[in-house]
Amino acid sequence: MMNADNRNGVIEVLILEEQQDLTLDELCRACRIEVEQLVALVDEGVIAPQGAEPTVWRFTGIQLRRARVAVRLQRDLGVNTPGAALALQLMDELDELRARLRAMGALV
Amino acid sequence: MEFKDYYQLLGLTRDASADDIKKAYRRLARKYHPDVSKESDAEARFKEIGEANEVLKDPEKRAAYDRLGANWRAGQDFQPPPDWNAGFEAPGRGFGGQGPGQEDYSDFFETLFRRGFNEAGAARGGQAGPRGGFHANGEDHHARIQIDLEDAYHGAKRSLSLRMPQIDEQGGVTSREHTIEFTVPKGVRAGQHVRLAGQGGPAIGQGKPGDLYLEVSFRPHPRYRIDQRDVYLDLPVAPWEAALGAQIEVPTPAGSVELTIPAGSGAGRKLRLRGRGIPGATPGDFYFVLQIALPPADSQPARAVYAGMQSQFKDFRPRARLQEGQP
Repeated sequence: MMNADNRNGVIEVLILEEQQDLTLDELCRACRIEVEQLVALVDEGVIAPQGAEPTVWRFTGIQLRRARVAVRLQRDLGVNTPGAALALQLMDELDELRARLRAMGALV
Repeated sequence: MEFKDYYQLLGLTRDASADDIKKAYRRLARKYHPDVSKESDAEARFKEIGEANEVLKDPEKRAAYDRLGANWRAGQDFQPPPDWNAGFEAPGRGFGGQGPGQEDYSDFFETLFRRGFNEAGAARGGQAGPRGGFHANGEDHHARIQIDLEDAYHGAKRSLSLRMPQIDEQGGVTSREHTIEFTVPKGVRAGQHVRLAGQGGPAIGQGKPGDLYLEVSFRPHPRYRIDQRDVYLDLPVAPWEAALGAQIEVPTPAGSVELTIPAGSGAGRKLRLRGRGIPGATPGDFYFVLQIALPPADSQPARAVYAGMQSQFKDFRPRARLQEGQP
């Protein structure tokens, strides 16, 4: 059970998107997934870490967020890894189009 | 508690086949998935349909639900029948994420399909309880938080009330309110997530508690508009300030600044204060967008001034671009 003391001390607050240099282990823990599942996301090109091989891979907070979305899409919508990759890619395009619309003043 | 019409939530009739249920759930899940949907109530809708699917996809639970009868209406005050003793094995808490938002089922669901499970669990030797040898990390929780633009400039102390589910001595589930205090980090922007380590779901045994993720948005501001890191302010100026130039004092979230309006400025001209947007490693910029405010022509002398301008600027053609068909 939760240790009551943890609730009263100083709470560590981080901006997820600004985190850098996360290791494979840290990313897996944050996403609650097995290493194999994460390697599959990297193989599919959903996220591209720095570093040549898994032991030296380094991820950013933005990649962590992307991995989490991919994992949730797989879990909740029953899509496979390539399907999640496609959804993420289309969502990126949507975001970009919305940003361009905003810049043109069409969206508030 | 409120009755939930699970068929209605999935847009189905009571004779729907298992295949209909799966299709309806998948279609609605794609529409309302919080990572995909831009609908403002997506998260709540997604939880509702997840709960409906949880019951209707399981033949045993569906049969039990159907036995409640077809006369209940969504939202009606509901009490379970006295002989209700389901003992369903609903997806457990803290066993990892099998289902969407599994800690957010309605009271209706908890009463009908969960209580039996907890009691059964306790009877089996309390394997799921804290005293057993079982360890699991707590779930991560997700919520949204609205902050003021000023909070992103300076950082701000915030407190947040959370409802934490707890298993009481009888094995029932109660929720307990508790308040946490934390600092909104300076430089945070809309759409970013702050992570509060250890503030998510409670761990079981020696596991680690989950984290709490808060998605940040800005409360709409009466004066400022925000685009990513940049902040915009519509700045009204008098016609003579725009025409002749001026030094004026203007507010920004970081305090007021002396601003030079260059002579010959028109409406819509943007003046940039570099690096005075939302702070950070790469701070945003602050833009003033000039608007020309006209003094009212509500007295004879005031009208005379406008009339004087009219005769002075005989050749002024404010709509020249429209008439010449220019873009």
